[in-house]
Amino acid sequence: MSENDNRPVLEVSHLGIDFGGLTAVDDFNISIAKTEIAGLIGPNGAGKTTIFNLLTKVYQPGRGKIILDGKDTAKMNTVQVNRAGIARTFQNIRLFDKLTVEDNVKIGLHNHNEYGMWSGIFRLPKYWNEEKKSHEKALDLLSIFDMADLANVTAGSLPYGAQRRLEIVRALATEPKVLLLDEPAAGMNPSETAELMENIRKIRDRFQIAVLLIEHDMSLVMGICEGIAVLNFGRIIAKGTPAQIQNNPQVIEAYLGKKKGVKP
Amino acid sequence: MLNYLINGISLGSVYAIIALGYTMVYGIAKMLNFAHGDVIMIGGYVAFCTTSYLGWPVIPSVLVSIFVCMVLGIVIERLAYKPLRSATSLAVLITAIGVSYFLQNIALLIWTSNPKAFPNMVTLPSLVIGSLQISSVALVTIIANIVIMIVLTLFTSKTKMGKAMRAVSEDKDAARLMGINVDATISLTFAIGSGLAAIAGVLLCSAYPTLMPTTGAMPGIKAFTAAVFGGIGSIPGAMLGGILLGIIEIFGKAYISTQLSDAIVFSVLILILLVKPTGLLGKKINEKV
Amino acid sequence: MKKLSKSSRSSFVNYAIVIIFYIIFQTLVSAGKLSSSLSGQLIPICTYVIMALALNLVVGISGELSLGHAGFMSVGAFSGVVVATALQDVITLSPLRLILAIITGAVIAAIAGTIIGVPVLRLQGDYLAIVTLAFGEIIKNVMNCLYIGADSHGLHFSMKDGNSLNMETGGTVIINGPMGALGIKKISTFLSAIILVLIVLFIIQNLVNSRAGRAIKAIRDNRIAAESCGLNIMKYKMMAFVLSAAMAGAAGALYALNYSTVVPKKFDFNTSILILVFVVLGGIGNLRGSIIAAAILTVLPELLRQFQDYRMLVYAIVLILVMIITNNSKAKEVFGKTLAKIFKRPAKGQA
Repeated sequence: MSENDNRPVLEVSHLGIDFGGLTAVDDFNISIAKTEIAGLIGPNGAGKTTIFNLLTKVYQPGRGKIILDGKDTAKMNTVQVNRAGIARTFQNIRLFDKLTVEDNVKIGLHNHNEYGMWSGIFRLPKYWNEEKKSHEKALDLLSIFDMADLANVTAGSLPYGAQRRLEIVRALATEPKVLLLDEPAAGMNPSETAELMENIRKIRDRFQIAVLLIEHDMSLVMGICEGIAVLNFGRIIAKGTPAQIQNNPQVIEAYLGKKKGVKP
Repeated sequence: MLNYLINGISLGSVYAIIALGYTMVYGIAKMLNFAHGDVIMIGGYVAFCTTSYLGWPVIPSVLVSIFVCMVLGIVIERLAYKPLRSATSLAVLITAIGVSYFLQNIALLIWTSNPKAFPNMVTLPSLVIGSLQISSVALVTIIANIVIMIVLTLFTSKTKMGKAMRAVSEDKDAARLMGINVDATISLTFAIGSGLAAIAGVLLCSAYPTLMPTTGAMPGIKAFTAAVFGGIGSIPGAMLGGILLGIIEIFGKAYISTQLSDAIVFSVLILILLVKPTGLLGKKINEKV
Repeated sequence: MKKLSKSSRSSFVNYAIVIIFYIIFQTLVSAGKLSSSLSGQLIPICTYVIMALALNLVVGISGELSLGHAGFMSVGAFSGVVVATALQDVITLSPLRLILAIITGAVIAAIAGTIIGVPVLRLQGDYLAIVTLAFGEIIKNVMNCLYIGADSHGLHFSMKDGNSLNMETGGTVIINGPMGALGIKKISTFLSAIILVLIVLFIIQNLVNSRAGRAIKAIRDNRIAAESCGLNIMKYKMMAFVLSAAMAGAAGALYALNYSTVVPKKFDFNTSILILVFVVLGGIGNLRGSIIAAAILTVLPELLRQFQDYRMLVYAIVLILVMIITNNSKAKEVFGKTLAKIFKRPAKGQA
């Protein structure tokens, strides 16, 4: 589909987890190319966020394999997975509320901004150099969403939409290979959504990364995703391009119920 | 040896009764009621006043003590904890410490820091089996503990109010939607917990008959340890934790060091939390992401 | 860069407050204008300011409640006394001995902080608080049974009694179990105390406004998000906790070397709570508040001796009220309105 890099960066096979005997996700397979924008859709409770939690090791998978850029993440924890190249946003926004917008982004830059505790305490030259670099980098990243002028605002006081955008910037700052976005357009109006769509594309092109997003807004999913997986009851029921998904009878059934039940 | 065991079980039974109060409140309000130990002390003082100053017989004075503590528990919850339902656990804990200090200092003003000699409430002869001598206080404590345990288990599993308590501890909002009066249920829990604290206060002071404003603090902390040990939120856990802790303390005192007995008890707590952070009978709670 | 200058401006105001405090009281002392009871409070004030700053690093910046900080103070106090007394004949220069004692106190307390922190910081919330409390009690208990003596062979330790130290005649018992340390040479000075306050302030303020401090605050605000950003949670929690323990140890050494005797009971749970009161009243996370609250609340009881009995009662009530007002929106509103009423009236009267 895309003229970009087609080699896979994330390969997931037979992924699954049970919670107390209940299978939340089962036999989940997906392969995402290096600069692909992929979508994960499905009705509420289908297990979409659980998959994000499995990929980022918030939950340890019960079954299956996750290969990130050729490396098996089986033995990694959340922190190591992030360092290996998966960054995410959260469905229920998780910002560092009492820190400024700029500091939130700088936390994303944390592992790329190396100076120790004592350099910081004694304000050694390394502190000044690294802080200057990360300040510039943070403002640069914020400018993707035109948020550079909000740098000194406390993150918790931002409006909802801006908080969602800041989460994306923070995730991006960790320099991921794969960016997971959990309902990035939730609570946005159509024009904001359109702008977000444009920005997600811009991010992919500029940083040459893969994006996997969970979204209920079909205009966004169908508009930017090159590949889509549909999840229901923890299992993939369809995979394909937006056009294929739109015409898949199983998908229509999952969303609307069996034809019998629907009044014409 | 057997004597130590009986003493341990007896002391442990007091811890268990206190721990029940902690565990019930923690289960429902999800807060560590730091002032619980000081309610014990108040219970002790009330019983002391009614018997020593007013010359009341044992049963009515214990009942009055239970009543006063129940009211106190409800008042504390309404005034200090209820406004903080949605606050962070740090804020709630600091408030509870404030309440604990408040009670201790009120007691200091009313009864001064001079220790009071608590009259023995259990004036029955000791039980003698061969070379084994069991004091009546120990016996009554153990029996009281068993009765309370049975009554509470029946209460929470069979009665409507008990079921409401369990529902609130599972999910406050869902319980409210089901028509349960959450505030009343929480008040009831505090009342029961504080009433138990009064009983524990009388039993504790009968066994160790010096009463001071700080009397409740250390047993309170140890009973919390017992609740955590057994798995906080679990009624049988509190019982098991309390008795084990009592035995550990008595044996620690007898065989290792009297001065280090508290250190031994707390070291056990830390070890337990490291090996099994949820305690012996507790269940794991995950944060939703 | 604007934000950086704002935070450093606030830091400099804090240094200035401490230095001005020193100048005023040093002038009063040299002029003989200060009562002996108040001048005797100068070093304890500095000690409690350091304790409040150290605890604020854990409670306010790192967001974990520690109820055992007096334990670290105790460890620092007694190790400081041992060093100062043992080196009495070797190093005659008392400021140098004081520095060594404070450094030792900080290092030993940091070691205790590390030993305690590794298991404790894996726990969260109430559990962590209760375990730090337990550790504080363990430290007090152990200190109560600890005997240390010195003779020409070096230091002797015992957990039983003074006689089992097995010292040669002429050896001195430095720490005598529950009786604590006796016959300490007072070598702490007001100037050294102020310098220590400034050092502690320097470390905390610069830490907070650096990469590590940012990480500590981020973990406080949202642990799961911090993990997803690749932050090593334990490393930063430990950093705050151990630094705080070290500062408490240094404060302990400073404090002990200001008295001729120090008993282990001095550093009990009540002391931990007292420091927590300073932190809460000064504002959780607010360093300047901690300095001011600790200073005022240490002096106030001296000035209001007749209300001695009510002091802790008032502390308790204020603690509860502050928590309710700062955490309950309704109470905050009511409080704000009454405050506005109180301050409006005299203003109107003047006009």
